[in-house]
Amino acid sequence: MPSVPRDTIPMLLVPALMLAMLPLVGSMPTWVTLTVAGLAMGMMIFIMSSGLTLVFGLMDVLNFGHGAFVSVGAFAATLVLVPMQGWLEADSLGMNLAALGLAIAMAMAVTAVLGLVFERVIIMPVYGQHLKQILITMGGMIVVEQLIHVIWGADHKPMPLPTALRGAFVLGDAAIEKYRLLAVAVGVLVFIVLTLLLNRTKLGLLIRAGVENGEMVEALGYRIRRLFVAVFAAGSALAGLGGVMWGLYKETLTATMGGEVMVMVFITIIIGGLGSVSGCFIGALLMALTANYAGFLAPKLALVSHIVLMIAILLWRPAGLSRK
Amino acid sequence: MTDAVLKLSGVHTHIGEYHILQGVDLAVPRGGLAVLLGRNGAGKTTTLRTIMGLWQASAGSVQFNGRDISRLRTPDIAQAGIAYVPESMAVFSELTVRENLYLAARSGPMDAARLEWIFSFFPALKKFWNYPAGNLSGGQKQMVAIARAIIEPRELLLIDEPTKGLAPAIIQSLADAIRQLKGQTTVLLVEQNFNFVRQLGDTVAVMDDGRIVHSGSMAELAADRALQERLLGLALDSHQ
Repeated sequence: MPSVPRDTIPMLLVPALMLAMLPLVGSMPTWVTLTVAGLAMGMMIFIMSSGLTLVFGLMDVLNFGHGAFVSVGAFAATLVLVPMQGWLEADSLGMNLAALGLAIAMAMAVTAVLGLVFERVIIMPVYGQHLKQILITMGGMIVVEQLIHVIWGADHKPMPLPTALRGAFVLGDAAIEKYRLLAVAVGVLVFIVLTLLLNRTKLGLLIRAGVENGEMVEALGYRIRRLFVAVFAAGSALAGLGGVMWGLYKETLTATMGGEVMVMVFITIIIGGLGSVSGCFIGALLMALTANYAGFLAPKLALVSHIVLMIAILLWRPAGLSRK
Repeated sequence: MTDAVLKLSGVHTHIGEYHILQGVDLAVPRGGLAVLLGRNGAGKTTTLRTIMGLWQASAGSVQFNGRDISRLRTPDIAQAGIAYVPESMAVFSELTVRENLYLAARSGPMDAARLEWIFSFFPALKKFWNYPAGNLSGGQKQMVAIARAIIEPRELLLIDEPTKGLAPAIIQSLADAIRQLKGQTTVLLVEQNFNFVRQLGDTVAVMDDGRIVHSGSMAELAADRALQERLLGLALDSHQ
């Protein structure tokens, strides 16, 4: 039976941008460093954004408090990382990654539970009321940030990288930070898992159908409300994972670190098309790469590169990259 | 008295401050094709949405196989055996035809024999099996919507204005398909196109201002031009 060709243009944008920048940057080692750094940052933004785009698309919820899950995820990871300091400082990649894996599991579990509470207590009373959603979720984020201050203190908290992830690999004249490679690997893994889940499972089909028409999914006999809650918890857990990755990247934690990345997160999901994980993935990479290249080629433009990119993409595809 | 698979008694539905259904009484005989006619705004779509629980009845009862379903939630009503084809078709445009049908097959993999039966009257679905449903024409989307509702046996099929906006050639093939469904399941068909339904319906009810103003056999209404004039405001000849 015939099938239609995929919409490949958005997928080609990332390699096209990378190749187009090579002659402008001029130096191969510099280009490699900028590109790997951009990809790593893009992956971290994707991880933080992927849950929000599903929540936005499926539940029509403007969750301006999503950044709270990023912050809580990072702080929750310290509940494991501090007692396992010895494993982090051991000169063994296996022990380093084991400690990091446990920290990520803790962060995702805590943020999933927080997401469930957030959905039941804060979001549920304001379904369908966008203005109230914005106000109450921003309020929720402020409350969570203050709770972080109460629990972990108001000072910046250091989050050093595990020993084996410090430093860089040197390829020719190009230096590639080890942690950035890990961030790329984790981002690709999250993308593959989400893509397989959404495209190869009935649960994924239900989520995609629910993003488009939740009422019809219910008329087919599925309880979409339960799906909403599960997706919200999963989206919060992904934000928690993003928080751990972002915290290790910055090597310092603050209660407001999640709120500070929300502008990039929102731009990513708008560029990608609300509810689209693949659009979110491409959007995050484009945004981070553009910022990195602009920062090198025209530092003053770096401040507005996100906005310029968003305008350009929305002029081309008003509903985002994933929708023609 | 004919056994009714679905029975609405004194059903009232409010949408916001509007009182749309004002005491609807309707019986759908088991195994037949019942038609609900009426002008725009009479309350036909609201009746189907109330049956499906998409809007809650504010008073009255909806009985399906003798069980009151008026307080059930939509997924429970669907699981009880009612399939719904909305006026908007509501196909999942980002999903392929296959995925649309696969999603509707709640109990597991799609039955190959039943799929072939569906392809026999909707051959276009086989042709566009792996195409996103959003890329199809209006008539093909309607086929997807109906196929989705019948991919598994259901006791009652609610179809809302399937001919709306479709070309005459498509309407005829749709009529052939619905004729094939008769005998397989009970159908409640909402329509404005009297010529389309007079060849299909066994019984008919006419709505006006949120109430049933006439119910009887389709043959009786089709033969009585004066009744058509009074109930529908048109004669058959003027609608051909």
